[in-house]
Amino acid sequence: MELELTADQKLFQASARSLLEKDHSLDRLRRLEVGEPAWDRDSWQRGAELGWAATIVPEELGGGSVSGEGVRDLTLLAEELGSVVAPGPFLPVNVVLAGLVAAHGTGPDHTGTIEALASGEQIATWAVYEPGDQWSPDAARVTATPTGGGWRLDGTKDRVESGSEADLLLVTATTPEGLAQFLVPTAAEGVAVSPQWALDLSRPLAEVRLDSVVVDAGAVVGTPATTAEVLERQLQIALLIQCAEICGGLDKMFALTVQWGFDRYSFGRPLASYQALKHRFADMRTWLEACHATTQAAAEAVQAGSPDAAELVSVAKSFVAERAQWILQDCVQLHGGIGVTWEHDLHLYLRRATSDRALYGTPEDHRRRLADLSSL
Amino acid sequence: MTTAETESVESFRARARAWLADTMPRLDENAPLPVLGDDDHEWVRARELQKTLYAGGFAGICFPREYGGLGLSRAHQRAFTEETAGYEMPVQLNIPTFSIVAATILDMGTEEQKRERISAAIRGDEVFCQFLSEPSGGSDLAGLLTRAELDGDTWILNGQKTWSTSAYAADWGLCLARTNWDVPKHRGLTMFLVPTVAPGLHMNRVKMVNGSREFCEEFFTDVQLPASAVVGEVNDGWAVASRQLFHERNAVGGGSPFVSGLAGRPRALGGQSPFTVAKATGRAAEPGVRERVGEWVALETVKNQMVARVSRAIGTGTLPAPGAALLRLFHAEAAQRSTDLAMDVAGAQIAAGVGTEEGIAGRAGVSYLSRQGASLGGGSSEMARNQISERLLSMPREQSNDRDIPFNQVKRGRS
Repeated sequence: MELELTADQKLFQASARSLLEKDHSLDRLRRLEVGEPAWDRDSWQRGAELGWAATIVPEELGGGSVSGEGVRDLTLLAEELGSVVAPGPFLPVNVVLAGLVAAHGTGPDHTGTIEALASGEQIATWAVYEPGDQWSPDAARVTATPTGGGWRLDGTKDRVESGSEADLLLVTATTPEGLAQFLVPTAAEGVAVSPQWALDLSRPLAEVRLDSVVVDAGAVVGTPATTAEVLERQLQIALLIQCAEICGGLDKMFALTVQWGFDRYSFGRPLASYQALKHRFADMRTWLEACHATTQAAAEAVQAGSPDAAELVSVAKSFVAERAQWILQDCVQLHGGIGVTWEHDLHLYLRRATSDRALYGTPEDHRRRLADLSSL
Repeated sequence: MTTAETESVESFRARARAWLADTMPRLDENAPLPVLGDDDHEWVRARELQKTLYAGGFAGICFPREYGGLGLSRAHQRAFTEETAGYEMPVQLNIPTFSIVAATILDMGTEEQKRERISAAIRGDEVFCQFLSEPSGGSDLAGLLTRAELDGDTWILNGQKTWSTSAYAADWGLCLARTNWDVPKHRGLTMFLVPTVAPGLHMNRVKMVNGSREFCEEFFTDVQLPASAVVGEVNDGWAVASRQLFHERNAVGGGSPFVSGLAGRPRALGGQSPFTVAKATGRAAEPGVRERVGEWVALETVKNQMVARVSRAIGTGTLPAPGAALLRLFHAEAAQRSTDLAMDVAGAQIAAGVGTEEGIAGRAGVSYLSRQGASLGGGSSEMARNQISERLLSMPREQSNDRDIPFNQVKRGRS
């Protein structure tokens, strides 16, 4: 959380909070049947009306942010959504928007798509992972072959968030000239989307097979010269959303566990009176503050487009994702057996944090990236 | 000076940049690593550098003008510190002289103490130290046994102190002593400003496992002090010590406005980061090594981000003052992890040096031996955890058997 919020930001936060209270409950999430959708388009539409897909989109493309600093608003929002493990395509839509806006003006025009995503009318997602792969966006095995006026895409993507619900896929593929990205409608001929088991109950994943999918030249996002920069922007936004939503969730679960420490008595005294446990609470409190510090610093760097933004998002991801595990598992431990039951909320947060840890680079991946960036 | 007259941070920064380039000596990156335990010349050098800063009008940036400072904001200090990268700076004076002792005198001292001591330090004429801990116990500071008794107008000091950082290089020390044994421990203490050359004060240097001799122990035998040596009120020394401890946590955690140039003593303790060890051992290409170096980069960065956030939060009142314990605890964790990572990276090379020299990997080994130092200095990490859980999270306080009991009735050993 930022230390000081403006009145507009507080209002933005409150509007998100009140919609989440109406549309969403952890209990519903817990009771989802296999195959039952975690969210519906109407609720995403209501979020979009509150600006959930608009913060990092310029006003002339149908977006707008309350503070004038879209990335910071996005971070604030991600924290709110993360604090209740909100389902919905918040991350994938904003990541695709980050790419489209970054590429805007450099390749084919996607103004219409940007507007449709920002308004919530359409849903898009980034198809970047491939079966069996670790984080390696530069090594796409999905190929895009030039076909006269357009391209033919072949290969398989997986871990595509909300792939079954999305209208559009942003496919990262390898062309004879190197890496490129394409906007592909899920309804296009040759696209087969199938659901994939997901650890996070609130975030459906899908496998996407592309079998001779033909798109026209206008499907390309950016140009060969901008692809690396656009990919980096998508990654930075994805990492920021992950870190911020983890922070929001950690705040909630830590507060719950502190309360438990005061309420739960053993041997005639509250758990919070045992030094062995107090010290663990102190460690968690410290890590939590550090998680917020690094997430906010990364948000400021991405907002400002600083040269160190790439480094700072990797610092944040590698740190927050790891400490989130430490904190949440300790929250489980301090709760005792009830902490590993389906009925408790903790696992919903642990699922989200574990899934966030895994996707868009693990802490280990980002540490190696930091070594690269530090010219070791 | 009114706000309207205050120089903007950017103008100050520009002026500092030009002045540093013209005046301050550049750090020699290829200089041999300093030998721990033999740093007397560094203290001479620190005083010279401080005098240069003072002559140039860049000393005591956040101290009030009436006590010899510039009366500028933290932002000015931050800008100056950023500009000093690559220059030699009197960083030895940051802790404890400016950020702990001068900061405490500023909060609690008499007008005369503030005018004389703070300005002398800013001019580079005086160095300060702390006489707090005693051999009888570290964490229970208020249970100390050094006594001061009034003889007419003169205080007579007797007892023993230890863990006083760089006291051998200092001119004055803040010394906490018991002046009333008939009241509970916190209510019978008084803080004194003691000249380190006072007759009856005998000082030894303590050799640490890494060869450092920066800590001292002192024996006070009938040391005479005037009434004007008292800082704060007689028998209210705990209030002074509390400010001092706050400044210490803040300084050690990296949140003090009175630190100029990079905090700590990077040259003396440097040379063994996982990054430099990876380079020195030729292991930089190994993925496992790269992961560890990346982890170290991240931790160092988060540590600084944490300092910025927590000091701002304490400054605006979003966090109460005990929030400084968050910095203290995180600093220790980061420092420990850093020595562990350096050891991992050094691998098999940590056990032997280069010829008869320790080399960078050997230095990582020596540094590992004093790994726990970061979680012991400035109050142990356990005390920081008590602070955080009790003062920030409002959890029940630890039981103590000396609360509200006259100190002369408190049990001090098995018998």
